[in-house]
Amino acid sequence: MLYELVALILDGVSVRQGGQTWLDRVDLEFLDGLTTLIGPLGAGKTTLMRVAAGLRSPTTGRILVDGKDVSSVSVRKRSVAFVYQQFINYPSLTVYDNIASPLRSLPREQADARVREVAELMGLGEFLRRRPAELSGGQQQRTAIARALARPVDVLLLDEPLANLDYKLREQLRADLKTMFSGSRGVVVYSTADPAEALTFAAPTVVLGKGQVLHVGSVTEMYARPPTLEVARTLSDPPLNLLPGVVRDGRIECLGASFPAPRAHESGRAVRLGVHPHQVAISRSRAEQLAFPAEIRLAEVTGSATFLHLMLADDLHLVAHLEGTQVFEPGERTTAYVDPAHVFVFSDNGELLAASATEVDLHG
Amino acid sequence: MRRLPWARTVFWLYAATLMLPLLWMFGMSIRPNADILGAFSLVPQRVTLENYETFFTDSTWYSSYLNSIVYTSMNTVMSLVVALPAAYAFSRFRFAGDKHLFFWLLTNRMAPPAVFLLPFFQIYQSVGLFDTHLGVALAHMLFNVPLAVWILEGFMSGIPREIDETAAIDGYSLPGFFFRIFLPMIRSAIGVTAFFCFMFSWVELLIARTITSVDAKPIAATMTRTVSAAGVDWGLLAAAGVMTIIPGAILIWFVRNYIAKGFALGRV
Repeated sequence: MLYELVALILDGVSVRQGGQTWLDRVDLEFLDGLTTLIGPLGAGKTTLMRVAAGLRSPTTGRILVDGKDVSSVSVRKRSVAFVYQQFINYPSLTVYDNIASPLRSLPREQADARVREVAELMGLGEFLRRRPAELSGGQQQRTAIARALARPVDVLLLDEPLANLDYKLREQLRADLKTMFSGSRGVVVYSTADPAEALTFAAPTVVLGKGQVLHVGSVTEMYARPPTLEVARTLSDPPLNLLPGVVRDGRIECLGASFPAPRAHESGRAVRLGVHPHQVAISRSRAEQLAFPAEIRLAEVTGSATFLHLMLADDLHLVAHLEGTQVFEPGERTTAYVDPAHVFVFSDNGELLAASATEVDLHG
Repeated sequence: MRRLPWARTVFWLYAATLMLPLLWMFGMSIRPNADILGAFSLVPQRVTLENYETFFTDSTWYSSYLNSIVYTSMNTVMSLVVALPAAYAFSRFRFAGDKHLFFWLLTNRMAPPAVFLLPFFQIYQSVGLFDTHLGVALAHMLFNVPLAVWILEGFMSGIPREIDETAAIDGYSLPGFFFRIFLPMIRSAIGVTAFFCFMFSWVELLIARTITSVDAKPIAATMTRTVSAAGVDWGLLAAAGVMTIIPGAILIWFVRNYIAKGFALGRV
């Protein structure tokens, strides 16, 4: 183990309260640099971040920073910074004093220089004299992030910092953060429920679900070959389409359509097929595509995209993510086409059997 | 919005009914006694300031006025000093019996003040608090601290806990955070609470009169003892009445925008 690179370790951390388990024996190593933490609502992201920061103590387990056990060290004494999903600033202090508050131990000139540097970086240069309430939501969150960045810390934790921002501000701040983290020293953990954010940062990613670590690895690889159905669902926005399938004579059958099974399975085995909405088309482009007769239920138009909600046979629901603005009438009949090359095949218990028509090497 | 045809009339009728006793008192305070007891007239026949002159020159009057101001101010400050940390603890920490304690605090206010007269009188006689400003201020704390804790707790619970945590992460000590970050955030709550404490202590008569005799005698007690051999000094009494309205009126001016929230104990 490259000891000097390991900066933050969660060792068998569990958090239980009132009969509920928020984190269940989590073992994680966060290395120097950015790590993304992704999981749906209630996965335990915030609990994990709070435990890592020292804002709450784990029921069992230890937290180590640079090899030292800090489980019992008060948060006041730790070298951490935290950014909340809500815009948390000191309302009675100016933006300048907000950013300067972690720097009180520094000499005045040094602190002043640092405040101005960070404020400039976050685009707050002209707002230093204002109070947080006089800023927009985006600027308030920028202030909170600037305060977290002001003091060099071992561990910087950002808990869904962009979740409460509107779309445009989110994109802009996301891009700013990406450049910022590339130059930072120390462990940075960034939690999000938005797959687009995790994919933008393209950093080592931890997938969390129901208080447990589901998978650790590169987010782009995970997206291309999700090891389990849960991971695939967490990384798919809009939600992953799921269809039932059965293996029969070397082919996988699904609602009357079928395609060659990517690897040999015993006949009669039930599988679950996962399809990203953007892989569903309503016009045929390749002969191998699976065709499903469908009825249009609803067309959601966002401008750059149209989300078509389809009802297949057996009351199965399928969403197609189409480019551009397209007009459909509810009740119209159409055909949904899915390329078997872009179908994830999962076993009954949610393990990946095949992705992108390539066989996955699974033991057993 | 369309105006109801009678709205204006009803409003002025209501306002006049409300203001009449106050205006009448003010009118009496600037008339000589002979005028007040003479033929009824809406407008003062002779305007005089001699009632106020007596109020400010006769030591029984102005000193009891000062007594009231002194013990009321002491009580307000002391109640806040005790209630602020208590309310913070109730709003932020969970401890055994916290909810019960918080609720039962209010029972002090459920009993009529008369219940406490005898114990206070006897204890104060024996420990030397009888007829002192501190004594009255302490006695009124019995009612004001629970009220102050309730109001302040309501306001404090509206402040996100994450601010406390951020301050801890930024390395503020608890007192450092409390004085530099937290108190400025609840300025309006402190103003409203101070107003309620002041007003209770200012108008409370029963306890204040019982546990004082001369040195800390409240203005309200002096006002109930104006009947002399020469009869009641109406003008002077009215002038004293006007004077007792002034401190409350000044205070309410400063906290006028937060009073409604205060009446809801900070919970709106």
